[in-house]
Amino acid sequence: MAPLLELKDVHTYYGAVHALRGVSLKVEEGEIVTLIGSNGAGKTTTLRTISGLERARSGSIKLKGKSIEAAEPHDIVRLGVGHSPEGRRVFSRMSVRENLEMGAFLRKSGPDVQKDFKKVFDLFPRLKERESQAAGTMSGGEQQMLAIGRALMAQPKILLLDEPSMGLAPILVEQIFDIITEINSRGTAVLLVEQNAMMALGIAKRGYILQIGEVTLEDSCAKLAKNPKVREAYLGV
Amino acid sequence: MATASVTSSTAGRLLGTVRLPLSIFAFLALALGVLGIDQFVNAMTLGAIYALVALGYTMVYGIIELINFAHGDVFMVGSFVAMFISSSLLGNEGSITNVPLLGVSVLVLFALTIGVMALLGALIERLAYRPLRRAPKLAPLITAIGVSFILQNLIQFFFGPTIVTVPQLVPIEWSIQISGSRVPLLNLFVIASSVILMVALQLFISRTRTGRAMRTTSMDRDASSLMGVNINRTIMITFLIGSGLAGAAGVVHGLYYGNTNYSLGFQSGLKAFTAAVLGGIGNTAGAALGGFLIAFVEVGASAFGYGRWGGAVVFSLLVIFLVFRPTGLLGSHTGDRA
Repeated sequence: MAPLLELKDVHTYYGAVHALRGVSLKVEEGEIVTLIGSNGAGKTTTLRTISGLERARSGSIKLKGKSIEAAEPHDIVRLGVGHSPEGRRVFSRMSVRENLEMGAFLRKSGPDVQKDFKKVFDLFPRLKERESQAAGTMSGGEQQMLAIGRALMAQPKILLLDEPSMGLAPILVEQIFDIITEINSRGTAVLLVEQNAMMALGIAKRGYILQIGEVTLEDSCAKLAKNPKVREAYLGV
Repeated sequence: MATASVTSSTAGRLLGTVRLPLSIFAFLALALGVLGIDQFVNAMTLGAIYALVALGYTMVYGIIELINFAHGDVFMVGSFVAMFISSSLLGNEGSITNVPLLGVSVLVLFALTIGVMALLGALIERLAYRPLRRAPKLAPLITAIGVSFILQNLIQFFFGPTIVTVPQLVPIEWSIQISGSRVPLLNLFVIASSVILMVALQLFISRTRTGRAMRTTSMDRDASSLMGVNINRTIMITFLIGSGLAGAAGVVHGLYYGNTNYSLGFQSGLKAFTAAVLGGIGNTAGAALGGFLIAFVEVGASAFGYGRWGGAVVFSLLVIFLVFRPTGLLGSHTGDRA
């Protein structure tokens, strides 16, 4: 059976800058896969290319065997890719509730959507408390929760998470990672981009190391965590 | 602590919602007192037209951060389309005194002109601006100036460079008495139709799914497309609506002044643009407010015998705002407003 998401030899450019130099990776149903790399390695670009925000110049991106590399971002959402982008990007002048409603933009409002509101509020009780508050006035951690909750409202088959731990206090980071595990255990596959390699390797099943736009290593997370090179470069030990 | 913050934000919101209508009311009362009812009605009428045009500027800026310099000319074309539909298609020559017939004629005139202009606006977006979506911002700006010239030249080619007469369907003699002054129904009609369109627009933006897509796209285009919003479609709808409103302004302008000319868009367009900036560019309520403010300033200047200085006063006001409050009347302080 075709993997849920599969990238083969994807090249993406920003103008003249060759940002992705042949990235190949896959995510199976129900997996958490992490993409680790330093600043500028191309992690965010990889996610943006999957979502169609950037165009791959060559290579293929397949969702359940179906090519999506030429599709528009809004169609890719419809096909089941949820994306919580770098920097959270919540709609700052809208309330928490309106943000979540935007997450369900493509769905018919009805009991199903209401159920998902409840699910998101169960995962993030904090968002329930802040339901009518303008998103831009919340703390970084709360905005991160909202960004993830908003992506979940579209009922994605796979969730792309870009640096969910960025700028958060350690205790919040743990909380967010627990919730990612929880989301995954409910059946959503996750492709997790992180600088916090320690945490990411802790919850993911497999991992890819990205360096200057290329995948230089892929393995199970258990093995990556033991690999001396990975330990030195990304775990700081 | 949580309750305290909730209470204070509720109080703040309450104050925020009351303060604006209060200041508007105070301003209007003051203007009425200073200008007298005749000039007050004139200013409201002129403001209604500026506001309709300003909305198109502000909506387009809000969503693609383009100052659409062609928008004033879209308004001008709207006044010619309205003139053509009214005189050639509907065969009107002057005022219509039969009330039902007048109502139908005016409605048909509005519907057709708005429709034609909405399509023209979408066409301009598709041909002139969409291909430049990822180009540096200067490129679409210069293109907009080009579109402006094209529209002016086209109208000059078809209708000539002189002033063209437009049938004034609503009889100018019709009026009502308000505290001893004769207020033409035509003015009230212009004000009412603009206000109806503006309220309809606000409802559309705040209540409908497409309206929400427009708001999120103007806040954050990428995040909006990650929600499943079709960005190109949303931008096109913005142009449809903005140009449709400019078409409505064209209809109203013709009915009110009884004439139009190919350079109408330059003068009025520039003032409407100023209105959009004064109100806080990107903010639709602000654009409407700015339109009325400018009209009051202009009418006020001429009421005190400085009519020739109207333009100078308006643009001085623009400069003052740009220096001391660049976000405009309703712009936010944080600067994250589109």
